[in-house]
Amino acid sequence: MSEVHLTINEHEISVPAGSIVAAAIALAGVTGYRHSVRGETRAPLCGMGICAECRVTINGQPHRLSCQTICEENMRVSTT
Amino acid sequence: MRRQDFSTLVIGAGPAGLAAATSAALSTKNVGLLDDNPLPGGQIWRQGSASSPATQAASWFERLRTSAITIIPQARVVAPLNEQALLVETANETLELHYERLILTTGARERFLPFPGWTLPGVMGAGGLQALVKGGLPVKGKRIVVAGSGPLLLAVASYLKSKGAIICAIAEQAPWSKLRAFGWHLPFHVKQLRQAGGFGWHLRTVPYYVDCWVTQADGVQQLEAVTFHHSRRTWTIPCDYLACGFGLVPNSELAEALGCEMVQEVVRVNEWQRSSCEQIYCAGEVTGIGGLDRALIEGRIAGFAASGQMDRARRYFAARIRAQRFADLLAETFQLRDELKTLAHADTLVCRCEDVPYAAVSQHKSWRSAKLQTRCGMGTCQGRICGAATDFLFGWTQDSLRAPLVPATVASLIASGEEETAR
Repeated sequence: MSEVHLTINEHEISVPAGSIVAAAIALAGVTGYRHSVRGETRAPLCGMGICAECRVTINGQPHRLSCQTICEENMRVSTT
Repeated sequence: MRRQDFSTLVIGAGPAGLAAATSAALSTKNVGLLDDNPLPGGQIWRQGSASSPATQAASWFERLRTSAITIIPQARVVAPLNEQALLVETANETLELHYERLILTTGARERFLPFPGWTLPGVMGAGGLQALVKGGLPVKGKRIVVAGSGPLLLAVASYLKSKGAIICAIAEQAPWSKLRAFGWHLPFHVKQLRQAGGFGWHLRTVPYYVDCWVTQADGVQQLEAVTFHHSRRTWTIPCDYLACGFGLVPNSELAEALGCEMVQEVVRVNEWQRSSCEQIYCAGEVTGIGGLDRALIEGRIAGFAASGQMDRARRYFAARIRAQRFADLLAETFQLRDELKTLAHADTLVCRCEDVPYAAVSQHKSWRSAKLQTRCGMGTCQGRICGAATDFLFGWTQDSLRAPLVPATVASLIASGEEETAR
């Protein structure tokens, strides 16, 4: 299977083509996807684009749902 | 803003939407199928890097592929515009979609109930974890507890085990008495019986607790252990993920926003799956939680009826009655028990978007009051998660649905405003 290369918090990682960004973040060993309004660490809950707990910044665009975004070559992902 | 016109527009590309769109396309040109995911399939037939479609799903994807249906992926309906049009946002543009007939097959989401620790990373929906695994999350060697209620728990546990996960336990809150009664009915539903048998055999070495539920999740930065309650016993086991789900809730927001009449939180439809709005049809979970078979049947009826193929639609009426009987049986068996209303502590968050604790929410008499005074339900998910919880905990119905239905870019909102002004 072919691989795509992207960075998660500036660390390079390669994942199987077709993987979603939420999976790539977990593969990179990152547990926190965002911080809640009171500063709690959060990660995906619903996995299907409803809860928005998985939102991250992708290529400079904030609030992207990592559970519904497929990894692309040279994508830059940052969690908060 | 780009405009597109469709004779029939279907919202949601899960089983009901695939059935509706392909059925309508047999007699109508210019059918559109919109979904918020990158690929069609919905939740149950979700396609991803780590999943190959089941035989039944593959045949529907093939019908879609060989049709002339316009697929609009990664698209969300932001708001209804005036007459028979929707404001839609995709990954890179804003669209104005016009329709003669609209079919809503928006599916369902999982119901989550607040309990101490449910906001820890590693606590996920049962279907949610499965979706992530299909999208490439490896779970080989991970210790997973599956808890909550309903047949989805077995399906998810079986799937995760097939991907190399260690299923530590399955906890079903329904009592034995109800499951036994359910078991007596199963032989009348051959396909479901075979499916249950398959899951049972595959999971035969996994501890399966009935009358049992999770009371707490613990961990420092992420989930480390869960605590169960079963009659008078309480015990804790270590794990990496908790996959939990307390049944399903219809995604009915768009139907409501369009003015479709609701009955007990589902869209009311007639025998042709038509809603109280002349041009709008609904099928699948949005008309009542009923599972895959019912969704495919209702989807076909809606697709045929919306495109004037009444005789074809009528052929599925008898099958719909059978499917509904099984759906009723499931609802009765896996009804949530009252003890689950007492899991949240005073400081347990009910609204995860705005971090509103149970103590603050429970002081109020209605959803509206809690929303106005605590910000419960005012965050990014717009009450889709906490609303389903407060519905069960306090019996509150949500009564303040407004556009935009989902978070949208300012550019989309400006475009829709210009459209209104130009008229």
